[in-house]
Amino acid sequence: MSERARPYINPYLAGALLGIVLFLAFFITGTGLGASGGLNRLLVYGQNFVAPEHIDQVPYLLKMAGGNTNPLDSWIVYLTAGTFLGGVISGLYGRRMRVETNKGPRISHRTRWIMAFLGGILMGYGARLARGCTSGQALSGGAVLSVGSWAFMFAVFAGAYALAYFLRRFWN
Amino acid sequence: MTIFPLPLTELLGQYGAYFVYLLVGIAFGATLESAGFGNSKKLAAQFYFKDLTVFKVMFTAIIVAMTLIFLTSALGLLDYNLIWVPPTYLWPGIVGGLIMGVGFIVGGFCPGTSLVAMATGKVDGVFFVLGVLVGIFLFGETVSQFAVFFESSFMGRFTLPELFSVSYGTVVLAVVVIALMLFWGAEKVEAAVGGETARKAPRRALPAAGALTALAVAVLVLGQPSNADRWDMIAEEQGALLEQRMVQIEPAELLGLVHDSRIKTVMLDVREEAHYNLFHIHDARHASLRDLEAMSEKLMQEPGNTVFVTMSNDEQRATEAWKVLRAESLPNVYILEGGVNGWIRSFGDEHFVRDRYVMNRSADEPAFRFDLAIGARHPASEPVPHDEAEFTPKVKLELKRAPTGGGCG
Repeated sequence: MSERARPYINPYLAGALLGIVLFLAFFITGTGLGASGGLNRLLVYGQNFVAPEHIDQVPYLLKMAGGNTNPLDSWIVYLTAGTFLGGVISGLYGRRMRVETNKGPRISHRTRWIMAFLGGILMGYGARLARGCTSGQALSGGAVLSVGSWAFMFAVFAGAYALAYFLRRFWN
Repeated sequence: MTIFPLPLTELLGQYGAYFVYLLVGIAFGATLESAGFGNSKKLAAQFYFKDLTVFKVMFTAIIVAMTLIFLTSALGLLDYNLIWVPPTYLWPGIVGGLIMGVGFIVGGFCPGTSLVAMATGKVDGVFFVLGVLVGIFLFGETVSQFAVFFESSFMGRFTLPELFSVSYGTVVLAVVVIALMLFWGAEKVEAAVGGETARKAPRRALPAAGALTALAVAVLVLGQPSNADRWDMIAEEQGALLEQRMVQIEPAELLGLVHDSRIKTVMLDVREEAHYNLFHIHDARHASLRDLEAMSEKLMQEPGNTVFVTMSNDEQRATEAWKVLRAESLPNVYILEGGVNGWIRSFGDEHFVRDRYVMNRSADEPAFRFDLAIGARHPASEPVPHDEAEFTPKVKLELKRAPTGGGCG
């Protein structure tokens, strides 16, 4: 990767493009975008190998993988796989494919990794509790004017801003 | 008839539909990545007011998508009733959102952005995705401890225009205007806090903002289609079904449906309440014509194997009810042929049918006289099905087009 990475596109242009993608998703398929649902099903797929009896006893998991239901047999899995592929394509085009760790200047790589892992746990847990992540609830639900999605969106920003000050050492 | 959203599985088969979702995903991932969302530092900078890219991208996306959705709906191209609106579970959503906000500032990503971070080789993205999987796992293991809370404050498909009792167009225009003002503010904040990293405003910002506002005004002026408008869009096709009597099912077929364990039958009795009290079919719900449009939202949530049957004394009101429900895009709606009168004629005992027959009645009025309001306790209310009953079967289960799960299903 000797060539310099292309700059990110203007946020409003990116937003407009994302808006058009979101609109087309609704227009063509009737559902919005999402990410955590696909990861959820991927996880349940793995769990089903390790402990299938357990799946059959937990109602929440049963819905996705009970009996001979294949948890990967869902559109959201394909959407999630596509999101990953899209990232690869855009990363290649923008010459931004690089093994690296983005972090604040004052913390070590290892600290950043631990924080990313912990943040991921909270994100995953919260996303299932809220029945959707930033893509599925805030973005998709926001665009179709769902009351719950707007309340959710404000809660996400509130939670992040409330804690941002105390974590400034990690990012600045 | 509104064409969109497309019944993808019907058109392309299951894997064809999955391929479309894959393409949508690719477009989604590529846009996220090119906006800079694969970089956790850029994402976190949002919360230190240095770089408000997250806010700008998200809200631009929301207002663009929202305006296009309600514009195409106003033009009769897109059926809003068939679109997945995440149902509101208010408090689980807010608590989950707060937890996610904390996760966002701690971890630097949200699930979607961590995927593209991982895709472009970001190690912190990989750790984040692993964390998300652990978090989801923990949720699956603990949700039964607080199942009551998880299912609480359920408000169904509940939208901002319903909350504020204003039209969709009003909310669309208001959201667009508020977002544009916030963008203007965001530029000021970035210039003040971000210093040299702040970019200058894009050249075409004003015309673009103007164009979007104009579209939002168009949404407001056009208005969303009413039930009558929606019927007009499908009148030709659906009216033909009525005339060819493709949707009027005989009493024997209805009785068969009620006793078919693979089918959920929802019977909607749209007669006056007094008539319903005198006699109705066992398990039939009373519904007034006025309330049907509002009811249709709930009926839409019934499982895919549900058959709806409307009934009145004869067929007149039942047909009106059928039109209202079909206009709201409810699938698998039928009319009881001959109405409740026809039902009693089929299943009432000989003496009753002969002695209680009312001569000279007006249309869509009861044809049999009841002395007492016995509701569903009359023997004809719950007849025993017998296999030899002959009828022309008309019910064909239509694949449900309204999505049953949304973005994070």
